[in-house]
Amino acid sequence: MMETSSFVERRRRELVAAVAIAAFVAALPLFIKDVYVQNILVLTLMYVALSQSWNILGGYCGQISLGHALYFGIGAYATAMLFVKFGVLPWFGMAAGGIIAALVALALGYPCFRLGGHYFVIATIVIAETGYLLLLNWDWAGAALGIDIPVRQDSWTTFQFTRSKLPYIYFALALACITWLMTWVLEDSKWGYWWRAVKDNPDAAESLGVVVFHSKMAAAAVSAFFTAVGGSFYAQFVSYIDPDSVMSFHFSLLMALPAVLGGIGTLWGPALGAIVLIPLTELTRSYVGGTGKGIDLIVYGTLVMTIALARPDGLIGIFSGRRPRGAKR
Amino acid sequence: MLTTEIIVQSLASGVLMGLLYGLIAVGLALIFGLMDVVNFAHGEFLMMAMYATFGFAVFLMLDPLLAAPLVAASLFLFGALVYLAIVRFAMRARTNRGMVQIFATFGLAIVMRGLAQLLFTPDYRSIPSSWLGGKTLSVAGIFLPAPQLAGAFVAIAAFAAFYVLINRTDLGRALEATREDAGAVALVGIDRNRVFALGWGLGAALVGLAGAVMAIFFYVYPDVGASFALIAYVTVALGGFGSVFGAFAAGVIVGLVEAITAMIIPPALKQVGIYAVYLAVVFIRPRGLFGSI
Repeated sequence: MMETSSFVERRRRELVAAVAIAAFVAALPLFIKDVYVQNILVLTLMYVALSQSWNILGGYCGQISLGHALYFGIGAYATAMLFVKFGVLPWFGMAAGGIIAALVALALGYPCFRLGGHYFVIATIVIAETGYLLLLNWDWAGAALGIDIPVRQDSWTTFQFTRSKLPYIYFALALACITWLMTWVLEDSKWGYWWRAVKDNPDAAESLGVVVFHSKMAAAAVSAFFTAVGGSFYAQFVSYIDPDSVMSFHFSLLMALPAVLGGIGTLWGPALGAIVLIPLTELTRSYVGGTGKGIDLIVYGTLVMTIALARPDGLIGIFSGRRPRGAKR
Repeated sequence: MLTTEIIVQSLASGVLMGLLYGLIAVGLALIFGLMDVVNFAHGEFLMMAMYATFGFAVFLMLDPLLAAPLVAASLFLFGALVYLAIVRFAMRARTNRGMVQIFATFGLAIVMRGLAQLLFTPDYRSIPSSWLGGKTLSVAGIFLPAPQLAGAFVAIAAFAAFYVLINRTDLGRALEATREDAGAVALVGIDRNRVFALGWGLGAALVGLAGAVMAIFFYVYPDVGASFALIAYVTVALGGFGSVFGAFAAGVIVGLVEAITAMIIPPALKQVGIYAVYLAVVFIRPRGLFGSI
């Protein structure tokens, strides 16, 4: 076991590192004026937040969900629908989306958390697919055509910015920081320990008084809430959503992927995974994807395969492998 | 209006389609049962088999029915190769083995889709003419499309042969023994890697057969595997992971459920019926219909 003092010190170091990195990212737009690069920055930060949220349920609590696109879609659609149909400001839509997603996660978790292993994974996939198919055929919600969010004015009130990407960058950064900080706090809380106990050995955890079912439910609600907030942000950012762009199966994989490649169930894994993966994806897509020859898919798939095989613990293993030596002071 | 004829007609085509679903799922179930690996590239194996069939038909003028054994043999080699080149290494992971396998095979799926786009373009293709394409058989007033009927026969024959292979031959006994205890079989001189490679080969060959028949009546395009793959995962889980017979039986159930759903609600939502049945079954029986508790 780790000694208490070094444990506290490690956590403090992590916090300092996070503040330094956040400050660095916040300063980036001063030097990066290119809209294309700014776009990648926004997406990367968004995926940091999404994958960090996925990591709460999938990484810490060990309940692998490949259906998080459902919550992302709920967030995006709740915000867009409330704004377009009822004129409700996106901020309320964001909160509503988050709460609806958390409630849906609880309602679905109630029957699903009794399932084990692959049966659970497939249940998450088919539930999200069902949501996707219903959305695809729901005329009031735009069906397959989706929803175009009309431009009102550039302001924080309407959360629309057509001229500058800076507000989106800072909001995405804030979201990434909040999810990171939440994970940091939860890691050393009762829930954090319960979740890891549930992941490692649910039977042993139950016998020691951990309420396994409630632990899973709590992780699902938190995870779904922040995923939906991410979806809500995405809707505002791209100002056009359709079922394919927010609720398809591929999206569920994209949210899990950075956490898995970076280091599942770790504090820094999702961020590291997203920082490596998203820019690479975007760059290959724009440089060789336009040809329609599938070279971007080949590069992307090879990358995923290689990292998964070469670094089963995730990229974070590269750092933690050195840490013990560096920590001997 | 739903007349008796229409109902019988769609149930019949549901069963025919279901037998093919079953054949696709058996390959997946075999690989899973053998080594607890879910092959996320299974749909792409199907896609590859369909392109291979298309190639044989267009360039060698070989009818899909004649090409089927060749396609199955090619897929057998490909499946064994995938095991030896990729999955073998994914299984060495000491931590997160499940996720490593999911994403190693998922990465492979993406690469295969990309390669298909690169080599064959994203165009939808169909085999111009074949012996069975477009022909129907009328039995007691019910029209059964000949390709689907042939597919059903191929599926039943292939499953029967596979069942005999698993239960009556030394190879089958080696597979079964490796499934039960991969460590112990080494002591009696069975090379684990060879058995696993054979398992992957067999699983791929089965999906290859399915692909060869389906190429007669489905369009062939790079993403064709994705929708069938999801149905295959659900089918395997519905039957119960580890049960090869369960996967085949569940395939027929899935085909029937799909046909019935399409009669009741808009056909665009027909998969919802399959998903609902899966959820209903696992909520009552958490290990599927035929899975051991």
